[in-house]
Amino acid sequence: MPTIEMTSHLYRFFPELESRKISVPAGSVADVLHEVNKIASGFSDYVLDERGALRRHVNISVNDTMLIDKKTLSDYVPDDGTVYIFQALSGG
Amino acid sequence: MPMTILLGTRKGTVMFDRKNSDWHPRSIVHEGIPVCYAARDSRDGTLWASLDHGHWGPKLSRSRDGGATWENAPPVKYPVGARYIVKYLPTPDFDPEAPAGQPEYKDATVYKIWNIAFASPEQPGRLYAGTIPGGLFISDDGGDSWELNRPLWNHGSRGGDLFSGDATSENRWGGTPASIDYGVFEPGVHSIIVDPRDPDHIHVAASSAGVIETTDGGKTWVGRNQGMRMDYFPNPEAEWGHDPHFVTACHGQPDHLWQQNHCGVFYSEDGAQTWKMVSVPEVGVHFGFPIAVDEHDGCTAWVVPARADSERMAIDGGLFVARTTDGGQSWQSFRSGLPQNNAYDIVLRHALDVAGDFLCFGSTTGNVYLSEDRGETWRCLGNNFPPIYSVRFG
Repeated sequence: MPTIEMTSHLYRFFPELESRKISVPAGSVADVLHEVNKIASGFSDYVLDERGALRRHVNISVNDTMLIDKKTLSDYVPDDGTVYIFQALSGG
Repeated sequence: MPMTILLGTRKGTVMFDRKNSDWHPRSIVHEGIPVCYAARDSRDGTLWASLDHGHWGPKLSRSRDGGATWENAPPVKYPVGARYIVKYLPTPDFDPEAPAGQPEYKDATVYKIWNIAFASPEQPGRLYAGTIPGGLFISDDGGDSWELNRPLWNHGSRGGDLFSGDATSENRWGGTPASIDYGVFEPGVHSIIVDPRDPDHIHVAASSAGVIETTDGGKTWVGRNQGMRMDYFPNPEAEWGHDPHFVTACHGQPDHLWQQNHCGVFYSEDGAQTWKMVSVPEVGVHFGFPIAVDEHDGCTAWVVPARADSERMAIDGGLFVARTTDGGQSWQSFRSGLPQNNAYDIVLRHALDVAGDFLCFGSTTGNVYLSEDRGETWRCLGNNFPPIYSVRFG
């Protein structure tokens, strides 16, 4: 099953995700995030807008490949893949 | 007498409590998160903060225990099918009155929850939220759910009902530079005024569109910009495209509305049916962002003038507050207690408030000033706050 790694910034809002391995069934990135949202209700609203598109200052990669479909997140996550969720850098 | 002041700042929410005739700041909450607006609902004491996360999208936070603990409120979201006609940043050869070409549409997502307003005590669960891009959301359950007001969203001045199909009219609403942080140039609803005499009578103001009024609880909306002037438009008196920075009304005389506009200070004494410019540039009263009106006397208002508009900072390095008590026929400037040298502060649209004889404002330079004598003398409550977006008495 794919695993999910994320910026520690998100643990501030979803402490239930900290210090645990997050594994969900393989599928699209949208599917993976949907599964994470089941563990931490409201998580999707932090990463995606109300259209399901990736927020402008958030980045996602599948292993070391940056997400291509930022609108519907259809990129496939293989069974042994890791999804990384991190902040796009912006000023202070 | 107000007992609390809430600051929305670039790095969180700051609250002051009045104790023993002095004001004491609490430790900041929402640490590190931009808070574009924070206010207290006087009906039930709930505190609200609009969080403007750089990365994670806009959120509403509320406290039902006076600020001891805060919780995320359910998100404000545009419904599926909410679209708008895209605007682009004006270019040097931009002609705002040129016939529009084929409109380009975009699905709406909330960039910023710019303002939160509270209905009258007769509607205890009703809240309003103004957003970028250009939405008015209404909650009737204390913020547990929100619904877009579709008649305003579908207004003919914005292309008509884009839920149902293509535009049936031209979009006459412009964009606000306040949206550029989100990589867009879209309008924003920043002022929401509920008539205390009639909860179905509401004025909202949008940058850059103007003032819009409903008298039937939001079923229909009419532009109320007669008498307004835009010095940046070929036709200064066009119906749409105005840039109110903030609009407010006198609680005790709700037909008295005041507007600090990009193009001056405007006053209406007939419920926004007509406006008249009451700026006096010779005394520095013209450009600025916030405006406050006395709770009982609709002829008395305060502004914090700034140098228009290419500089946007205090005039000649000296900060002052101007007050009129005669409906804008004359203005008095008050400088006592405010810095008069090397002051470059700008006070944003939600960052001045009045409660009785008390006034308070905060600047993007992180300075907070308070007056307890109707703006005539001031004292500093602190100089090292983060850039301040909103100031509201609680």
